[in-house]
Amino acid sequence: MYVAVKGGERAIDNAHKLLADARRGDRAVPEISLDQIDNQLALAVDRVMSEGSLYDRELAALAIKQARGDLIEAIFLLRAYRTTLPRFGASEPLETGSMDIRRRVSATFKDLPGGQVLGPTFDYTHRLLDHALADGGEIEEPATASADGARFRSVAELLADDGLIEGDEAPAGEVGDLTREPLSFPAGRDLRLQNLARGDEGFLLALGYSTQRGFGRTHPFAGEIRYGSVDVEFFAEDAGFTVPLGTIFMTECQMVNQFAGSATRAPCFTRGYGLVFGQSERKAMAMALVDRSLRARELGEETGSPAQDEEFVLSHSDNVQATGFVEHLKLPHYVDFQSELGLLRKLQAEFHAANPQIDTPKDSAMQDAAE
Amino acid sequence: MTPDTDPASGNPLPDLAKRRDALAVLARADSKEIAAGLRQLDDGLAYSEPRAPEVGLVMLRGRIGSRGAPFNAGEATVTRAAVQLSSGETGFGYVLGRDREKARLVALCDALWQLKDKREAVETRILAPLRRKQKEKTDLARARTAATKVDFFTLVRGED
Repeated sequence: MYVAVKGGERAIDNAHKLLADARRGDRAVPEISLDQIDNQLALAVDRVMSEGSLYDRELAALAIKQARGDLIEAIFLLRAYRTTLPRFGASEPLETGSMDIRRRVSATFKDLPGGQVLGPTFDYTHRLLDHALADGGEIEEPATASADGARFRSVAELLADDGLIEGDEAPAGEVGDLTREPLSFPAGRDLRLQNLARGDEGFLLALGYSTQRGFGRTHPFAGEIRYGSVDVEFFAEDAGFTVPLGTIFMTECQMVNQFAGSATRAPCFTRGYGLVFGQSERKAMAMALVDRSLRARELGEETGSPAQDEEFVLSHSDNVQATGFVEHLKLPHYVDFQSELGLLRKLQAEFHAANPQIDTPKDSAMQDAAE
Repeated sequence: MTPDTDPASGNPLPDLAKRRDALAVLARADSKEIAAGLRQLDDGLAYSEPRAPEVGLVMLRGRIGSRGAPFNAGEATVTRAAVQLSSGETGFGYVLGRDREKARLVALCDALWQLKDKREAVETRILAPLRRKQKEKTDLARARTAATKVDFFTLVRGED
């Protein structure tokens, strides 16, 4: 238990001044700008927007600068900021099927309508440090080719045409919102996806990995990964019509998994779904793996692995909550600790009374330090 | 209220597809570009601001599996504003981000666009250059993406 303490104001004030100084670092080195962070650390900005659950590149860049590159701290800052703003409402559902594609790959179909385009990717790089990059320099203009303008039909759409894959569920009532109502279990798939979309990439990556290694196997294939821009639209009550708000970049993953069927339905592929802000492919894939594993009960599969345990996954995916609870341990717990110390002394006294042959330790400095 | 009707009169909104298209172009532009275009047709228009620019949030909804039921994917910052011309037309600015000036300018453009004798000027002086610029940018991005198109082929396994 944490009991409030007083004092230390000057120390805290000076520590924050020291933090500002450390953040700036060597004054002989030019200060980094938000534009530089946005452009050159774009994937860090994407991650902070995703897990901060707020799409605003400039704010995410500011948060990264303020947090000295500590992304979880930056995510925390963004989450705190969002609570200061009113909410105008909810957008129309984003149509990722009409995405303006910058990257689209499939591990299941080599000849997709629209084709496979690699876009800006780390895939197929050799992961060797590029020392030339250390000095900067001119970058070659990217190659161009004529774009045929064909729509990139999604793998889910194609497979659904053949009845080989499960369809999408029809809308069912109110859309759950965990920023308004605390989670309760069992949670609907809408709430699970909202939770996973803002969940910690590392946590979801590890859980997704665990399903591949046998803890709740789902036999996944990356049916499709797409990244690009989508239009955002919002029904504005004062205007009386749906207004376009602009475009945002998103990554979507359709994981295609092994079959499910029932007495009334022929077996078909099942799917896991991932959708995140920016270019965050690892996160979108991990999210899709975990979304699918959390459907174990619904699909009549064996459960019992960590990634299938809804309460375990959803209660521990949020890195802001997690860091809050872990890091609060460093706040003064003197009163708590003293009561434990008192209890321990009593247990030790009982022990030594029962075992007189064992030497009693001398009084230590511990008591002074704790009191 | 039925969508696509004027909330005040309940009448259907005229030319709504074109108006939405203009707003989409403006939403993608930055405020300096819009201001530069507006300066070319500014003749001391009088207008009031029934809604001063205001920053808030819109919850962005995805669809489960890309085509299914909606879910809340995360929020975005949005700025909104409304202006009213002395002749009565109300323009609305709703844009992603926190640029208050941009929301106000978009609302002003939207109001002017509704004026019969101003629409042509808004289209040619403000929207046309923005459309051109945005198309160039999109075309270049698509052409660069197209250059990374890959033809995978499956190797046939040998008999042994």
